[in-house]
Amino acid sequence: MKHIEKRMNIRIVLNKIAKIVFLLATSFGIVVLGVLLYKVFSDGLSWINTGFLTNKLSTSPEKAGILGPILGTVWLMLVVAPVTMIIGVGTAIYLELYTKKGIIRSLIQTNIANLAGVPSIVYGILGMTVFVRGLQLGNIVLAGGLTMALLILPISIVASQEAIRAVPPHLSEASFGMGATKWQTIRNVILPSALPSILTGAILSLSRAIGETAPLIVIGIPAFLISLPSSIFDKFTVLPVQIYYWTLDSTMVREYANLAAATIIVLLVLLLGLNLTAILIRNKFQKTYQ
Amino acid sequence: MAISPETKKIDVQQIIEQSYQKNQWRRNGEKVIPVLLFLIASITVCTTIGIIYILISESIHFFKEVSFLEFFTGTVLKPLSSNPSFGVLPLLMGTFTSTLIAMFVALPIGLMSAIYLSEYAPAKIRRVCKPLLEVLAGIPTIVYGFFAFTLVTPLLKNIIPGLEATNILSPGIVMGIMIIPMIASLSEDAMNAVPFSMREGALAMGATKLEVVIKIVIPSALSGIIASIVLAISRAIGETMIVTIASGSTKNFSFDVTKSMQTMTAYIVEVTGGDAPAGSTIYYSLYAVAMTLFVFTLLMNLIARFISKKWKAQYE
Repeated sequence: MKHIEKRMNIRIVLNKIAKIVFLLATSFGIVVLGVLLYKVFSDGLSWINTGFLTNKLSTSPEKAGILGPILGTVWLMLVVAPVTMIIGVGTAIYLELYTKKGIIRSLIQTNIANLAGVPSIVYGILGMTVFVRGLQLGNIVLAGGLTMALLILPISIVASQEAIRAVPPHLSEASFGMGATKWQTIRNVILPSALPSILTGAILSLSRAIGETAPLIVIGIPAFLISLPSSIFDKFTVLPVQIYYWTLDSTMVREYANLAAATIIVLLVLLLGLNLTAILIRNKFQKTYQ
Repeated sequence: MAISPETKKIDVQQIIEQSYQKNQWRRNGEKVIPVLLFLIASITVCTTIGIIYILISESIHFFKEVSFLEFFTGTVLKPLSSNPSFGVLPLLMGTFTSTLIAMFVALPIGLMSAIYLSEYAPAKIRRVCKPLLEVLAGIPTIVYGFFAFTLVTPLLKNIIPGLEATNILSPGIVMGIMIIPMIASLSEDAMNAVPFSMREGALAMGATKLEVVIKIVIPSALSGIIASIVLAISRAIGETMIVTIASGSTKNFSFDVTKSMQTMTAYIVEVTGGDAPAGSTIYYSLYAVAMTLFVFTLLMNLIARFISKKWKAQYE
C-alpha cells in the first residue's frame, strides 16, 4: 500500500513539474518577443522625428531620413495589391465555382500548396531572370512588384478560396432561383458577401510582402538610393532593404544601427496598422452576418 | 374585353425573341468568363514551370563548365579566386548547421508550447498566449536578422569569448526562435484533433495529465507533429536574411559554430548583390545553388504533405 502511494506521489509531482516546464517553454517565446521589442525601441525610438520621416537618405546619420524607402514601399504595394487581388480572386473563383473535383483542380491546388513552400529567395531569382533581365525592365518598382505578387499569390488564393467557400449556399441558390446566370450570381451575390474576408486575406498577404527582403535584394535594389520614386517605372528601395543595409554597415558607423532600429519601428507600426485593419474588417463582418 | 389567343401568343414570342437578342452578349460573356478565369488560374502553374525551367536551363550552362561531381563533392568554394573552384559542400554545411541549431531551439520549445496550449493552459492564458505567438510569427525576418546581429551575438560573446563577429550560432538560435510559433501552432492543431474520448478514457483509468500527453496525445498526433517539424526544417533551409546578416560570407567547410559559415541562401544574396556579370560561371553558379535549395525544400514539403495525408484519417 505504501509502495503504491509513493509511486502515486511521484507521478503527481512529475505532472506538476511538467506543467511548469511547459509553461516556461511557452513563455520563452513571449519573453524573447518582449526583449526584441525592447531592444528595437530602446535603440531606435529617440531617432524618430519628423526629419527622419521626411528626409531623403544621407550618409550622415543625423541628416538621414527614410522618405525614399517609405515611398518605395507605397509604390511597391500599388503594384502588388491590384495584381494579387485580380489573380488571387480570379484563381479562387475558378477553383471554387468553375471546376469540379478532378485532375485539373487537384493539379492546380497541389501546385499552389507547393508554391507556398518555395523559399522567397527563389522567387527573387525568378523575378531577376524574367522581369529584370528577360523583359529588360531593370530593377524598377514594376519588376519588384510583380515578383512580390507572385510570392504572396499562394497565400492570397487560399484566403480567397476560404472566403468564397464560407458564403452560405442558400444565397447563391436564391440568386439562381431568380433566374440569374452564373456570372451574375458570382458578381452580385457571392463576391459582395465574400468581400470582407477576401479583403482581410489580401491585407494579411500584403503585410507579408511589405516585410519581405530577400527577393528584392536578389533583383538588385541599390544599396544607397537617394532619389525618390515617382512612378512604377522608377528605381526604388523599401523599408526592409534599408534596414538590411544599415544593419550591415553598422560595423562601420555605429549610429546606423540606431537608424536601422528606428526604421524597424516604422515598419512594425505599419504592419501593426495593417493587421488591425484586417481584424476590424473581420470583426465588423462577423457582426453583420450573424 | 376579349383578347384573341393568337395576338397574345405572338406578343410573348416577340418578347422572348427581343430579350434573347438583348441578352446575346451576356450569354457570350458567360462563355468567355470561364476561359478567362482558367487563364488567370494557370498563372500559378506557369510560375512553377517558370521556376523549374529557369533553374534547369541556366544550371546547364554552369554544369558545362563545372562537372556535376565536382559541384556536389567539392569541399572548396572559391568563386572569385583566379583559380576558381565551385564545390557546394561548404554551403550545404552552412545550411545544415544553421538548420540543426534552429531545430535544437525550436523543436523542444515549440513542442512544449504546443502541449501546454492544447492540454494544460486555461482558456484565459490561451487567449493571451496564442495571439502573442502569432505576433512573433508575423515579425519580418529582417528584424530577426537585426536582433541576431546587434543583440544575440554580443550576448553570446560574453559566454563564448572565441565567438567571431559573424558566426553561425547566433543566427541559428534566432532562426529557431522564429520557427517556434510555426511548430507550436501546427502541432497544437494536430493535438486538438485527437478525440477527447481518448483522453477521458486514460484519465478515467487514473493516468495523470502528463501520462495522457505522453502515452495518448503525442502518439495519436504524431503524424501532424512530424509534418510540422518537416515543414519547419524546410522553412529553416530557405531562410535568408537572418543568416545573411549575422553569419557573414566565409565559405567554411567545418563544424565550428563559432565561426562564420555561409548558407546556400546567403551565397545567392552575395552573388546577386555583387553584380556578377551575366554569362560568367559565378553568375550561373547562382542557379545551380538555387536549384539545390529548391530541390531540398520541395522534397521537405512533399514529405510533410505525404506524412500528414497518409496517417490523417486514422482517428476519424
